[in-house]
Amino acid sequence: MAKKLRSKKAAERTTNAVIYIILIVISVIWLFPFFFLILQSLRGEPGLTPGYFWPKKITFDNYIKLFTDKTPFDFWRWYGTTLTISVVVTIIQTTITLVTSYALSRLRFKMRKPLMNLMLVLGMFPGFMSMTALYFLLKLMKLTQDFGIVGLILVYVGSSCMGYYISKGFFDTIPRSLDEAARIDGASRHVVFLKIILPLAKPIIIYTILTSFMAPWGEFMFASLIFSGNTKYFNVAVGLREMLQRENAPKYFTRFCAGAVVISLPITILFFLLQRYYVEGVTGGSVKG
Amino acid sequence: MTERISELEYLKKTALQKFAYNFTYFFKSIPQKFIGFFKAVLPAFFLRIWLVIKGAGVTVGTAAKNGDWKTRVSFGVMGFSQLARGQIVRGALFLLSEIAFIFYMVCFGWSQLALFPSLGYQLPERGHYDEATGAWVPQVLGHNSQLILLYSILTMLVIVFFVFLWYENVKSGYAAQELQEARRKLPTASDDVKELLDGQYHKTLLALPLLGLLVFTILPIIFMIFVAFTNYDVNHQPPMQLFDWVGFDNFAALFSGKVSGAANFGNAFGRILLWTIIWAVVATFSCYLVGIIVAIMINKKGIRFKKLWRTILIMTIAVPQFISLLLMSQIFDNEGIINIMLKNWGWIDKSIPFLSDGNIAKITIIFVNMWVGVPFTMLMVTGILMNIPEDLYESARIDGAGPVKTFFTITLPYMLHVTTPYLITQFIGNLNNFNVIYLLTGGGPLMSEGASGGAGQTDLLITWLYKLIMDQKLYGIASVISIIMFIITAVISLVLYNRSNAVKNEEDFM
Repeated sequence: MAKKLRSKKAAERTTNAVIYIILIVISVIWLFPFFFLILQSLRGEPGLTPGYFWPKKITFDNYIKLFTDKTPFDFWRWYGTTLTISVVVTIIQTTITLVTSYALSRLRFKMRKPLMNLMLVLGMFPGFMSMTALYFLLKLMKLTQDFGIVGLILVYVGSSCMGYYISKGFFDTIPRSLDEAARIDGASRHVVFLKIILPLAKPIIIYTILTSFMAPWGEFMFASLIFSGNTKYFNVAVGLREMLQRENAPKYFTRFCAGAVVISLPITILFFLLQRYYVEGVTGGSVKG
Repeated sequence: MTERISELEYLKKTALQKFAYNFTYFFKSIPQKFIGFFKAVLPAFFLRIWLVIKGAGVTVGTAAKNGDWKTRVSFGVMGFSQLARGQIVRGALFLLSEIAFIFYMVCFGWSQLALFPSLGYQLPERGHYDEATGAWVPQVLGHNSQLILLYSILTMLVIVFFVFLWYENVKSGYAAQELQEARRKLPTASDDVKELLDGQYHKTLLALPLLGLLVFTILPIIFMIFVAFTNYDVNHQPPMQLFDWVGFDNFAALFSGKVSGAANFGNAFGRILLWTIIWAVVATFSCYLVGIIVAIMINKKGIRFKKLWRTILIMTIAVPQFISLLLMSQIFDNEGIINIMLKNWGWIDKSIPFLSDGNIAKITIIFVNMWVGVPFTMLMVTGILMNIPEDLYESARIDGAGPVKTFFTITLPYMLHVTTPYLITQFIGNLNNFNVIYLLTGGGPLMSEGASGGAGQTDLLITWLYKLIMDQKLYGIASVISIIMFIITAVISLVLYNRSNAVKNEEDFM
């Protein structure tokens, strides 16, 4: 009996060892690009990937040049543009998403179901096909190039009510008896929303803020259309890609890496600080049918 | 063939067989669902709309029949009934909206709508020098088909909205009359505001979001649908040229592979469609399976540093996707670090064309996509894994099932059961996965036989669409493709959602 137990234990130990090895391999694969990115951003020698892995000269020049060298790429300005867009989009989008999902979750009106179906169907159109039409619409309002920031914000925010799904799922889980008790005490629906539901919805508010803040940093398609060709107006995504375009790549690759680190760092920190809420949102939203 | 087997036979199957059965059943039932959509869903939809319109008609009819002269005047002069009965703010708002509407139509809307059937006929002319007067005659601004189309749609939406307002006006005017006749107090402006924060709160909340939806989603989609029926392409570009309605020519051109005004498409459309579907299936399930397996490994009892492993994987979610993808495109380049390292170690002599050979590139993309997607699944699945009843595993162990068998008979079926909605959204997201393809290969390498409309071997429909618009300016064809994409996505998701509803009840699992 004891022997059998011991062999079982040994088997357990081998499985664990195998799992550890697999996990280590996975970790290496997953971390390699980031490690490579940081190494390259510190590389002193110019050019695209050189014929070796470890840089010969470690320097912070790329970071310094990124912020001081304003031509042809004004990184500071890109950063400012993106940050502005991000903050404004976060505020508006969070408001719209919360308001929409509250209405769809708690209020009962004739058009509720049709509206939800409509949004489901609209979501199936390939998003950027409407880009051309949107582009001309913005051009009419003179919201490209010089005022491209406003145009971009409008586009990002414009259909944010379609992202109601996850927060509606959250509101659905808040017991209705809370609303009813308050309504019996004479509170209007407006008061119920502000005073009772919103304070309870903190996790989902943070989730919405986090996702809507992160999205504009990586948005690429529409920004490139709106700022087409005018490097100084770019947001970071379009700008960094510009650095890797054919003729720029050999010269600016290391600087691209530095820029990538500078952008990723604050977002990554923010993400890890608020990770709990993110996980809650993702798990809650994706399993409910 | 598409009849489901009897309940009893279904229950006899093991969980895996059930899954396999559901899987094949799903694909077999697509044509049926498709017919069903046109036979049942669509008519029901129009019937509902008809009922709504009929209901509104009845309301207006009663108001016309029973209304006093004030109510009847408000049919023409909006807000009159309310104003005459002392609901000043409400009446004034209706009246103002009517004035604004008339102003809009006279000054702007009507002229655009009148050009809608022809999409404009006046070509622009450059200015010319008039010798008699010795001055330049200013150039003639031509019609701009694109703007005409856009403004016409805008005007149509305005008209629809106005009709709705008019209906509300009649209803509220008649309601005011009825209240007065019953000698009850009419709601004042402040009552209205209170009502908007309580009984009618949904109107307050949804007004702005829906306006955004209308302008930034619905208007562009209608525009796109209309463009599919025009010859808007590289040879018909406003403002110097006009474009016109061409009926279904674009659809015919796409399926026959002969697109005028551009490179011949050949069989590009079919090939890309096939790859798009293969990609969506493989990308979705590879991330899903590997994600679950990784999560199981991390969750296993006796494995330490759980938090560390998770954090490492989650890094990919935290770092903006375009950065990691652009970086990956450099890493897997022919002169990239992977090839260099492999060469330095002496494993290969020539660079492996990770991204520049069609077939290898497809594999690379799927791997990179796993790198991006596995952490999401891992994160989502971790919580669910703990919910699987422990006694299920216990009894499996007593039956002598190994880890592989347990995975396929318990874990996977349970997961599939619980996470179907997630899988569906992932699948649809992958059908339209622009970033991964565009930032990694840009759709390349090009298909070999020149006649492919600029399509690359790794292009999905969505990236091809981007090229058609940005590089080749074939707007008409591109619109047709997006309509087709819409139909594919819509049918697949409708069918999937129905299936997932059917299996929702808990007993079905096991």
